[in-house]
Amino acid sequence: MSALLQQVISGLSTGGIYANIALALVLIYQATGVVNFAQGEMAMFSTYLAWTMINAGWPYWLAFFTTMVIAFVGGVVIERVIIRPVENAPVLTIVMVTIGLLTIFNSVAGWIYTYTVKPFPSPFSSAPIKLGPVTVSMQEVGVAGVSVATLILMYFFFQHTKVGLAMRAVVENPTSSRLVGVKVSQMLALGWGLAALVGAVAGMMVAPLVFLEPNMMSGILIYAFASATLGGFNSPGGAVVGGLLMGVLENLVGTYITFIGTELKLTVALAVILLTLLVKPSGLFGRAAVTRV
Amino acid sequence: MLRKIVNLVLALVLTQFLAVSLGHAEEGVTATEIKIGNTAPYSGPASAYGTILRAAGAYFRKVNDEGGINGRKIVFISYDDGYSPPKTYEMTRKLVEQDHVLLDFGPLGTPCNSAIWKYMNDHKVPQLFVYTGASKWGDPKGHPWTMGWQPTYHAEGFIWARYILDNIPNAKIGILYQNDDYGKDYLSGVLDGLGNKARDLIVKQQTYEVTDATVDSQIVNLKNSGANVFINITTPKFAAMAIRKAYEIGWRPTQFLNFVSASISSVLKPAGLEASKGIISAVFLKDPSDPRWANDPATKEYIAFMRKYYPEGDPYDIFNVSGYSCAQTMVQVLKQCGNDLSRANVMRQAANLRNLQLPMLLPGIVINTSPTDYYPIEQMQLGRFDGQRYELFGPIYTAVSRGKQ
Repeated sequence: MSALLQQVISGLSTGGIYANIALALVLIYQATGVVNFAQGEMAMFSTYLAWTMINAGWPYWLAFFTTMVIAFVGGVVIERVIIRPVENAPVLTIVMVTIGLLTIFNSVAGWIYTYTVKPFPSPFSSAPIKLGPVTVSMQEVGVAGVSVATLILMYFFFQHTKVGLAMRAVVENPTSSRLVGVKVSQMLALGWGLAALVGAVAGMMVAPLVFLEPNMMSGILIYAFASATLGGFNSPGGAVVGGLLMGVLENLVGTYITFIGTELKLTVALAVILLTLLVKPSGLFGRAAVTRV
Repeated sequence: MLRKIVNLVLALVLTQFLAVSLGHAEEGVTATEIKIGNTAPYSGPASAYGTILRAAGAYFRKVNDEGGINGRKIVFISYDDGYSPPKTYEMTRKLVEQDHVLLDFGPLGTPCNSAIWKYMNDHKVPQLFVYTGASKWGDPKGHPWTMGWQPTYHAEGFIWARYILDNIPNAKIGILYQNDDYGKDYLSGVLDGLGNKARDLIVKQQTYEVTDATVDSQIVNLKNSGANVFINITTPKFAAMAIRKAYEIGWRPTQFLNFVSASISSVLKPAGLEASKGIISAVFLKDPSDPRWANDPATKEYIAFMRKYYPEGDPYDIFNVSGYSCAQTMVQVLKQCGNDLSRANVMRQAANLRNLQLPMLLPGIVINTSPTDYYPIEQMQLGRFDGQRYELFGPIYTAVSRGKQ
């Protein structure tokens, strides 16, 4: 019983990692209608910037907030310079551009910082906490906490601010938005900036757990996609629940279903993507897109 | 008259033929030069290993400064393959077909060497002292032109098993390994070393994929299996995660860590030095940062060599010690060849190393090869991490690598 509980808790903490990246994916999708494959690598690169500052002797929180600002500006610049020219191109073109961004960020990080694993400091204590038969670390609780906090902030931003409303409107119907005075192109740039910012926070939360290296996001991104698909690509809450579910599911299946074992854990994530798309393409919490014909 | 012309033509053809066949027999060799090729990752994800071949190249420069080998200077041509097998293949063809090297020395990486394995053996070009720990390189029957150098993964796993059988009477072994050829090579070494006790002693085996985000779940399972010995067959990032997670959940087994991830700075420090205390790893080279070797003449000579011939490299990086030692093995083979620098003789001499001692191998470790033994280094000693460095202990173990062939 305690083994089961420990697997569930450990699944929740890994799920917290997936949820963080899934949130950033969902945010950019909500704000711009683009699925950004470079999301993970942008987060990784921001984390390296934070690492550089901390290594130069900056206090953690100063580096943390400076990185958030740089990530935001970087996201806006990427939208203006790289995405803008292909804005009206078919979806596949945009997908290819973001995949190009992915490899560029990955190689540049490797080139500058090498591929050696680096420890990244955590704002939370690493002391283990004993809860009855299971042990968790403050870091794991912190990661889950940050994803919930991000979720709440996103909810308020999109539901209760004018800018948030405008951003949703731009994705729903760009032409009408422009007619009522919303600056569409600024909203798209803002969306990229915000997504890069959320990604940077996620990167800095995840790095102490999985260590900092240029490929730290490659595996996580697949699980984050599975989480976002499972929860629904237009539902931030769904992304968090999807992430936690993925983490727990993966551990339980790996531990208790012997023919899958630890060898086919990744297959489970891919099967989840496939099953969701076949059975309920909008995900558990997503709204189905309705088009009037 | 006609006869004269015919004779002349015949003589011409004959000399041409002789020249061609002679040239072929001594590809890459002139009266003053020996051309040696290599591929290594100087860029890309595995570029940290590139320094090994830089150190080897520096050693060849030192040999040249001291007069070369039998009056011939070594010309070392090393190309970057970025750890990408198709690139390795392309660069190796260039070495063989355009640069006309005598042999390929120390090509690095298991996938890279696998890509050129057949090519080298088809063209009968020595693929010597390949830089990988896979055990498949010691196959004199099937691939007589290819030979490894360092102890194999299989040998290391075998040695851990022998230590466990001798020293941990109530061992309950939990194993975590990467689910690929590398992980399975280690695993087979452990199984061979344990012999018929394997079934009783191993209580749990767990695998992970390089795409996994963490190995937390596996470590929890290993702890719950009641294992008191943890064999950690993982690459650096996962090794650090496993060590830290085991410590966090209060699991304190005797830990064995593969030398792939034995680096103090890039694995044990990130994992936490406190969490890493007591970890056992196998060693075969002298670590120049270990105070035990501070007054060792061989170590002093090595450091002096690094300062003079490879000043931009870190003399305390064990990779450089490794490149230095591997190049010394190559030089020994070329010396043994004397003036018969044909490819066939190079392989004959490479398979004829007898009790070769190298200055930076741990005392007691020797290199032996024969036409049926293509595993140069098969001995290792164990070291236990004391929070700062690996403290060597116990005897020199010799693995039996040949069970596999």
